[in-house]
Amino acid sequence: MPHDTNKVHVSLRHVTKTFRRAGGGQDVHALGPIDLDLKRGEFFAVVGPSGCGKSTLLEVLAGLTPVTDGTVVFEDQPIHGNVPDGVGVVFQEDACFPWMTVSDNIAFGLRQAGIPAAETARRVAAALELMGLGQFARSHPAQLSGGMRQRVCIARTLVLQPRLILLDEPFGALDQQTRLLMGEEVLRLWRETGATIFLITHALDEAAMLADRIGVMSARPGRLLEIVETGWAPDRDSTIVETPEFGQVTARLWQWLRVESMKSVGRMDRR
Amino acid sequence: MSLTRIEILGPILVSVALLAIWQCAYWLIGDIALRSPGQTVRFAGELLSRPTFWPHLVETAKAFVAALAIASLLGLTIGLLLGLGKTAGDVFEPMLIALYSIPKVTLYPILLLSFGLGLSAKIAFGALHGFIPVALFTMNAARNVRPIFLKTGRVMKLSRWDVVRKIVFPAALPEIFTGLRVGFSLTMIGTVLGEMFASQRGLGYLLMNAIGLHHVDVIMAVTLMLVLFAAVISFALLAIDRHLHKRF
Repeated sequence: MPHDTNKVHVSLRHVTKTFRRAGGGQDVHALGPIDLDLKRGEFFAVVGPSGCGKSTLLEVLAGLTPVTDGTVVFEDQPIHGNVPDGVGVVFQEDACFPWMTVSDNIAFGLRQAGIPAAETARRVAAALELMGLGQFARSHPAQLSGGMRQRVCIARTLVLQPRLILLDEPFGALDQQTRLLMGEEVLRLWRETGATIFLITHALDEAAMLADRIGVMSARPGRLLEIVETGWAPDRDSTIVETPEFGQVTARLWQWLRVESMKSVGRMDRR
Repeated sequence: MSLTRIEILGPILVSVALLAIWQCAYWLIGDIALRSPGQTVRFAGELLSRPTFWPHLVETAKAFVAALAIASLLGLTIGLLLGLGKTAGDVFEPMLIALYSIPKVTLYPILLLSFGLGLSAKIAFGALHGFIPVALFTMNAARNVRPIFLKTGRVMKLSRWDVVRKIVFPAALPEIFTGLRVGFSLTMIGTVLGEMFASQRGLGYLLMNAIGLHHVDVIMAVTLMLVLFAAVISFALLAIDRHLHKRF
């Protein structure tokens, strides 16, 4: 599916998030102000030091957390603390429902949305095939490895055919080899679906391999310091890590992140 | 649901050991206070063949089933309400634990005055014993549902009722089932105790009557029936409980 990367798909204007502490404690300014445009069909990654508000930014985009100030617009509609239609989220934590089979997990959102049974079955079968889970359709998540469970979660999101996919460190709990392979899977799915992808990650190499553009966030309160364009072709895969350009991209990301990470670690030391 | 060899052999070996201890105790103590396992089984068979015995068994069964149903429904409802509502949970949890701690028999006179000397009082007493563990286990299970499941529910646009029905309840089911298992045992204790203290029918009444008349055969046979019933059901419930926990 061709990527139309000229139109703005999601727009954030002066987005700020402050968490109010209960009992009169000091408020925590977690995020912003952030201004960002995500283009339709692009793969955008965000990297930043621990605790910089990356996940908060994703939750704001998903409509799971309301902003304190500013606006988030998705397909010309403002997001107000509710998950809009056409947005799918894959979390870092294992979110497979252990009481359901793999098939039922993948079909969950479709059944909830009232999609007819025949169409649900067709989409689930296609997703099982696409994610290489066909022979595990009747298994329960406890019988699968961490990587396979994460594939189930991705499949559960994909069957809903979201136009914006938010990935919150989806491979954070996986080993390096599995992460590289899962990265290739995500690139393939991105090319096939044409969806806009917004990926949060702490791994610079992951961001550098997958994304068209990478936003570098500052230590808390998280702001966008720089947006690095990778310039990769859409049909890239994990072999890109062997190229000198890949090293240049990760080096540039680290230049920006080094100071911010030290600030973040220093803050942790003072606690 | 496949049981391991130790899960099958273990209870059998324990049962054999208990029977051996029982037989030895009978040889030591004698007919004055005990009957041997063989004599007890024979008398239990004889008791079951008497038409006068069945109304007692039916009475206890009716009281127990009704008490268990009430304990389960009440415990589940209260547990879910307290588990999902933080304020309600904070307010009522200490009261529930206090009620759990006190000997329920102290409340029996009030129940007798409220329900009269009949089936209703026994049901109420059984349910009073059983609903608290069901409520406490359900409350904790609902509170401990992984937040990521609830977040997934929000992403999938589930209504509050659907979150309870499709996420909280199934996620909490293994713990709830443990509560039901404990509730089963306590409901049975409550029902038989109720019959022992004030009743005109039922296995508990038979036991108390037999104690008064020093009918060792009846005491031993009725106790054996109660123990066998509780053991078989508990074993089955435990197997289901373990099976449910395996997936989580």
